Amino acid sequence: MKLPTVLAANGLRGWLKGGRLLTPLAVLAITAAVVIMPAERSGWDMGSVVSFLTFFATFVAIYGVFALGLNVQWGYTGVFNFGVMAFFLVGANVAAIVTKPPASGGYDQYVGGFGDKLAFIPVLNSDQWLPFLFGVAGAAVFAGVLAFLVSLPALRLREDYLAIATIGIAELLRRITIEERGLVNGTRGLTGIPRPLSDLVEPSDYKFVIFGIAAVTLIIVYVAIERGIRSPWGRVLRALREDELTTAASGKNVFAFKSQGFVVGAMIMGIGGAIYAYANGAVSPTTFTHFFGTFIFWAMLMVGGSGNNKGAILGAYVIWGFWTITLQIAGYPLPLAVTSRIFFIRDFVLGVLIVIVLLLRPQGLLPEERRVSIWVERHSKGPRATKQPAGNQGSPP
Amino acid sequence: MASIIVAYGRLRNQLRDYERPAGELLTGPGLWLLFSGLGIWALIGETDAFVIGVVTGSVLALGAVGLTLIYGILKFAHFAHGDSMMLAAYLAFFVLTGTVVGERTDTQALPWTLSDLPGATEPILDFSFGYGLLIAMVIAAAVMAAVFIVLDRLVYRPLRQRGSGIVIFAIASLGIAIAMRSLILIFWASSPRFYVPGIRPTTDLPFDIRIVTDQIFIFSAALVLAVLMYLLLFRTKLGKAMRAMADNPELALVSGINTDRVIMWTWVVGGALVGIAGVMLALQAQLKPELGFILILPLFAATILGGIGSPQGAFVGAMIVGIAQEVAVTVGFLSPGYKFSVAFVILILILLLRPRGLFGAKT
Repeated sequence: MKLPTVLAANGLRGWLKGGRLLTPLAVLAITAAVVIMPAERSGWDMGSVVSFLTFFATFVAIYGVFALGLNVQWGYTGVFNFGVMAFFLVGANVAAIVTKPPASGGYDQYVGGFGDKLAFIPVLNSDQWLPFLFGVAGAAVFAGVLAFLVSLPALRLREDYLAIATIGIAELLRRITIEERGLVNGTRGLTGIPRPLSDLVEPSDYKFVIFGIAAVTLIIVYVAIERGIRSPWGRVLRALREDELTTAASGKNVFAFKSQGFVVGAMIMGIGGAIYAYANGAVSPTTFTHFFGTFIFWAMLMVGGSGNNKGAILGAYVIWGFWTITLQIAGYPLPLAVTSRIFFIRDFVLGVLIVIVLLLRPQGLLPEERRVSIWVERHSKGPRATKQPAGNQGSPP
Repeated sequence: MASIIVAYGRLRNQLRDYERPAGELLTGPGLWLLFSGLGIWALIGETDAFVIGVVTGSVLALGAVGLTLIYGILKFAHFAHGDSMMLAAYLAFFVLTGTVVGERTDTQALPWTLSDLPGATEPILDFSFGYGLLIAMVIAAAVMAAVFIVLDRLVYRPLRQRGSGIVIFAIASLGIAIAMRSLILIFWASSPRFYVPGIRPTTDLPFDIRIVTDQIFIFSAALVLAVLMYLLLFRTKLGKAMRAMADNPELALVSGINTDRVIMWTWVVGGALVGIAGVMLALQAQLKPELGFILILPLFAATILGGIGSPQGAFVGAMIVGIAQEVAVTVGFLSPGYKFSVAFVILILILLLRPRGLFGAKT
């Protein structure tokens, strides 16, 4: 290789590694594509663009909840969950069967179905709110219990055992939903899930309501995690991630804290699954693949920056933006060989992207904050807490 | 919640302290007894399922031996192993038939394929395939070894030099697994494929057992390769170095072992085994892109059951997992959809009872 090429390559590497412009550029590029492509394809019809963007933003918020849950597990606790799909699946299905009316039998079989009984307290002229609170709570509880059960055999051992065990539990649950037809309607899945607050607005305006619900959920989860992580509890989790032995020597019960981090993250994923079920209106077993149910959230977290909640949400935005763009590209007049396999090309790019991020920018788009304590920040007036790339390198080597 | 966790931890620690000798007896010889007892019961009661299980176990063993070497020597869980097997199977399919998906349907991409060799598709003995597939298998093994070396250079070595934690390696291998599966889907689409279409010849074994003749080939190949692996690991200097590194990498390094070279050879051996295992898998079942990822469940179950870094353990573990899968499904208390979950149950049991595995060293 000639010297200028080498220099250019090294320059690019350095820029990818520490360049500050990369983050705004990535966000700008994704935003431009997400706005312009549907606008151009719909002939600059603003109504359909707004509708498209609302839909897009709703799912960014929902997947952001998952990325935040994974961030609690991996980014803060250092617990290694390769079975996000298990908690996604549990959350979505539990939320659906709690709020649906009782099953009618035949092609429509599932347990639960308490929706009608629970909708009895009207608020703001709507009785469509209480069942959904129960649904979300049930989703969180079931996901949390599941996480606790998984953590018992796997969390005390090598950290990668939990990854294998969570893949196993995800596959097992996916199988159970398909094979046990009476549980959540087997391969047909659950359709016609009631929508929260659906009796308030016209059906055509409902997208704004569900966007509001998803956004509020994301904000609540974000604030809760930020507070939790800036508390003594959160600092124990971070200490654990860096060095278990030292943390144990400081008198902390390593297993209990790891288990708590894992369970809290899983409950957040369960909530995300519940909101997904309500936003989508249907839950199909084909959604829960290891790729869509697990890997995509890892891509979001790694690209956004693990150990940083804003990074997790940004990652959800960038990756879901990329996902949506590829759907749009398929509508352009391109060679059939490309459009017919655009989804596989997208998956390939995501797989390669995560490797590139690990190699060239392990801290992600938004690096982890070094100091996470409300007290330190309040005391150190003047220069704010220095933000240096901490780089989540996981466990001690 | 927290108090439950603490109580559970205390109880467990107490059990550990009081009953260590008893537990050791229970989980060591006790597990062996349990597995051999179940094995003999399956052999007598469910002979057909047992034989199929041995064949499944042979395929798994080929993959698991490579996986346990990578796990033991490079110290990370190689999540791309199952997808690598599938990619190898498709590569063999490609050099054999030259088929890829064109604009929409299949096209012949190669001007000349292995099937064009004179007599390459003539069945050998009673098998369904000719010598063309054997050449394809060798090519797939060589290509996979090369792919693994390139991936190590591009991805794993930089991570190693940076001193990344094992989890970072695992995430990288997950990304590679996704990329591999997508490549298969890009080039060969998602419909199942076969090396040789049509009904495959069967053979009658003693005791009224009828199996597909190819399965005899799979089992024999696994045995031959197991012997070869034994010779490599226990009779050559390289094998000794590999075992030393699996035992203690720092000690191996200061003893003058060229660890970079050992790592390279580990990838070569792992890649070659993946190539052969992939073709065997496709012979046993079919070529299907989704099969790859989920295959890591039985592979990891076999590896951990045998004890990480122990090739003989991986072989035995793969046989146990393979037989358990087939027998559990045949006996009828599980529907076939749960096949891969059997491996998961075994995995959880072994994590609870004896995390270091049947052949694992005491720590």
